[in-house]
Amino acid sequence: MAAVTDFAVPSEARARGYWAGVWRRLRRDPAALVCAGVLLALALGAIFAPWLGLADPYQGSMIRRLKPIGTPGHLLGADELGRDMLARLIYGGRLTLFLGIAPVVCAFVIGTTLGLVAGYLGGVVNAVIMRTTDVFFAFPSVLLAIAISGALGAGIVNSLVSLTIVFIPPIARVAESVTASVRALDYVDAARASGASGFTIVRVHVLGNVLGPIFVYATSLTSVAMILAAGLSFLGLGVRPPEPEWGLMLNTLRTAIYVNPWVAALPGAMIFLTSLCLNILSDGLRSAMNVRQ
Amino acid sequence: MSVNEAPPTPAPLGLPDVGGPRQPLLDAAGLTCHFPVRGGPFTARRVVRAVDGVSFSVGKGEVLGVVGESGCGKSTTARLMVGLAPLTAGKIVFDGRQLGEDLTLTALRLGAQMVFQDSYASLNPRLTIEDSIAFGPRVRGVSPADARALAHDLLKRIGLDPARFAGRYPHELSGGQRQRANIGRALAMKPRLLILDEAVSALDKSVEAQVLNLLADLKADHDLTYLFISHDLTVVRYIADRVMVMYLGEVVEIGPAETLYRNRAHPYTDALFAAMPSMDPDNRTQTPPLTGDPPNPIDPPAGCRFHTRCAFAESVCGAREPALAAVAGDAAHLAACHMLEPGSGHSKARAA
Amino acid sequence: MSGLVEIDALTVRFGGERVVHAVNGVSLSVAKGEVLALLGESGSGKSVTLKALLRLLPEGRTTIGGALRVDGRDVLTLSGRALADYRGGEVSMIFQDPALALDPVYSIGEQIAETVMRHEGASRAQAMARALEMLTKVRIPSPERRLRAYPHELSGGMRQRAMIALALACRPKLLLADEPTTALDATVQMQVLLLLRGLQREMGLSVIFVTHDIGVAVEIADRVAVMYAGQIVETGSIREIIHDARHPYTRGLLAANLHGAVKGARLDAIPGAPPSLETPPAACPFAPRCAQARDLCRAGPPPVATPGPGRRVACVLETAAP
Repeated sequence: MAAVTDFAVPSEARARGYWAGVWRRLRRDPAALVCAGVLLALALGAIFAPWLGLADPYQGSMIRRLKPIGTPGHLLGADELGRDMLARLIYGGRLTLFLGIAPVVCAFVIGTTLGLVAGYLGGVVNAVIMRTTDVFFAFPSVLLAIAISGALGAGIVNSLVSLTIVFIPPIARVAESVTASVRALDYVDAARASGASGFTIVRVHVLGNVLGPIFVYATSLTSVAMILAAGLSFLGLGVRPPEPEWGLMLNTLRTAIYVNPWVAALPGAMIFLTSLCLNILSDGLRSAMNVRQ
Repeated sequence: MSVNEAPPTPAPLGLPDVGGPRQPLLDAAGLTCHFPVRGGPFTARRVVRAVDGVSFSVGKGEVLGVVGESGCGKSTTARLMVGLAPLTAGKIVFDGRQLGEDLTLTALRLGAQMVFQDSYASLNPRLTIEDSIAFGPRVRGVSPADARALAHDLLKRIGLDPARFAGRYPHELSGGQRQRANIGRALAMKPRLLILDEAVSALDKSVEAQVLNLLADLKADHDLTYLFISHDLTVVRYIADRVMVMYLGEVVEIGPAETLYRNRAHPYTDALFAAMPSMDPDNRTQTPPLTGDPPNPIDPPAGCRFHTRCAFAESVCGAREPALAAVAGDAAHLAACHMLEPGSGHSKARAA
Repeated sequence: MSGLVEIDALTVRFGGERVVHAVNGVSLSVAKGEVLALLGESGSGKSVTLKALLRLLPEGRTTIGGALRVDGRDVLTLSGRALADYRGGEVSMIFQDPALALDPVYSIGEQIAETVMRHEGASRAQAMARALEMLTKVRIPSPERRLRAYPHELSGGMRQRAMIALALACRPKLLLADEPTTALDATVQMQVLLLLRGLQREMGLSVIFVTHDIGVAVEIADRVAVMYAGQIVETGSIREIIHDARHPYTRGLLAANLHGAVKGARLDAIPGAPPSLETPPAACPFAPRCAQARDLCRAGPPPVATPGPGRRVACVLETAAP
């Protein structure tokens, strides 16, 4: 039996695997790289905050209230209680970023599981799961978050729970739709014809092919999560003072907007910047994953 | 490379020969597959009668070609054989053992495997072809190392050098190579019956020729039986020993390939053969063999399902369904047409 | 003598992440009222050549070289309104999948009428009348009713006929057909081929018909150009190609065709696979797979021999001493 003579495999295709290709394309996207860099800087700043030689974010001083940006010793000014803004912003990043990412991660795990089960099994199971998520999905996310937080009370853990619940339905929906479309493909049929159990088929054949799109969708939700968390803190339902958190800072600096608008706007600017970077990165990820080789 | 030195079959794979060479490998009787149509709660329940009372048998070492146009049910019939479609009624007997009685679906899947049409969806894009081929045996409990060795051996047999191709992903293969991988995946389970569902339809003609040669070699080396489904009559004529013609979920004609070609009994078979493009530029086709499109399997015509497009249709054709009967006394060649049934009432039929 | 279509040394190169030299020096001409089949397998560049004639290739990453003339006009310099007039008015195209070519939210009558109104400035009533006339011409049953039908309400064969009606509504001079029958059932394919043949004769159309099936070429074409790796390897009348193929690739295609195959005998398959076109071929692109290849074949591009009028063979063996 003659072996097939090979045709020259295009050099691009020689990079192994799918994720390697995604990473390669992402590396070539300048906007995504810049945003990734900014986010990385923010994350590192948040993690290593205690070792950065910053002022104490809880230490206030009545003399230094609302000092403008550029005051010696307070690079970004001071807030309404005289606490250093730079320190507050960097420490505040910890909580805001945590509350932006952690609920999405939890919702990703739970929502993907639900969506996979619903999409693969179809029929009654699908109907029950999807209609239940539809009920939650019918509420606007802000109202739902407020309602759940209001019921559970303020605090970081409660915020986390509330935001997770808000994000499970949209992720489950995307997961179900992608799973259903993969399930209809021939290679899944071939796996069924070899007698594999449903669980094995999902693990080997379906999971790898659906995680990508769901992951991209989930990253686009992180900015929403961050804004919702900041919103909850703003309303007094999330983080409690004196913890630094950008949303909470926006609230407490509200009245200062007439006295020192630049300082008052800083937390909002940070929220905006982080949210923008997350969205652009998520977009870049989606384009990198979209290319059909 | 000697193709006769196969590595020993790992215990959980393959189905040993039970009935001997004269027992048909596959005997299907009255196969029926009806899909419900998803309507709203206010519409009447309708069904797609994809396969309706199909009976045939496949002898060991034979190639049975199944031809027909879209909606005829040939793909659904294939999927019934491997349990990918629900069997509404009928029985499947594999090497003397009946599915549901002394044959489990798991065992049937050891005996019969399917090769799908090449497309981007036929192989998992996230698995190397080595892993794709080894998946079946792994499911059956073959150890990873043994499964890998099996996959490499198969890659050699299907003409893909394991050193170069084992670690490749489907997008790094050409259409013909992907189809070889598809065949390898099906063979990994050591089946006796290979169902090829439009396996060469999407390939270029030169690649198709390569793959057909490969299929002929594999059949001889592995003692295989083929159920070859295609809409392309030229391929079926080349490869098949017997041919079954399907229309709208039913068998209209079945018999040895050469007999069918020379002596087409059913008008639909005749039309299918006439629809093959001519190869002589001075002798082009002048009239279309058939008008209209293949109808919908949801509401098949009453009586003979072909009568709405048949040039010879008469009133009896719309009233009664013809049964498969021997053509010109040849028991191996059957066709379902009132014109062939003596005393049916059709003007062209002989008197009873 | 210049024909309706003159293609001269056309090259098409796709840039971007993967560079592909899809067409590497294609020259052909199509006379008025003639049907030319572009025969080739996947990757041969036949569809790209066709799309270049309508400027349907992605502008951003495509580099087109050479000359493309239709009815004396340079197609590559058309733009804006002139290009829009040209597309559909002088040249139109039918595609492989009619479901993708017809807009699902408009009835087919509306779609045909829209193109008539755009190109001929007709009123809606006149345009609808022309749409009805076209649907009758393509022999769609109950054409008055089908005017208001949406594409998803028609079967595959009828959608294909509707697409043909749409393409011919403004009486173009040239029809480009990109494998329009490949996805159809055999009986429907024959109906559509006969329909096209009849319409072509009736309207005096020139047609360039892309296909990978020799049988289809026999049924529809007057002349055939065989393409491989972005180049034309052989041109001739359909009779010359079928009865007297000269190029080894054409011969290989004819041998791989199963019409004359003997059951049980091994098929004469062309070994290997077409080259990936990352770089333009420097020598004969078929040489790696050719049983009769010589050193001369790998040295440089093959000479183009003209054994007869309208007959061209790009092969060293044609010009070699016997």
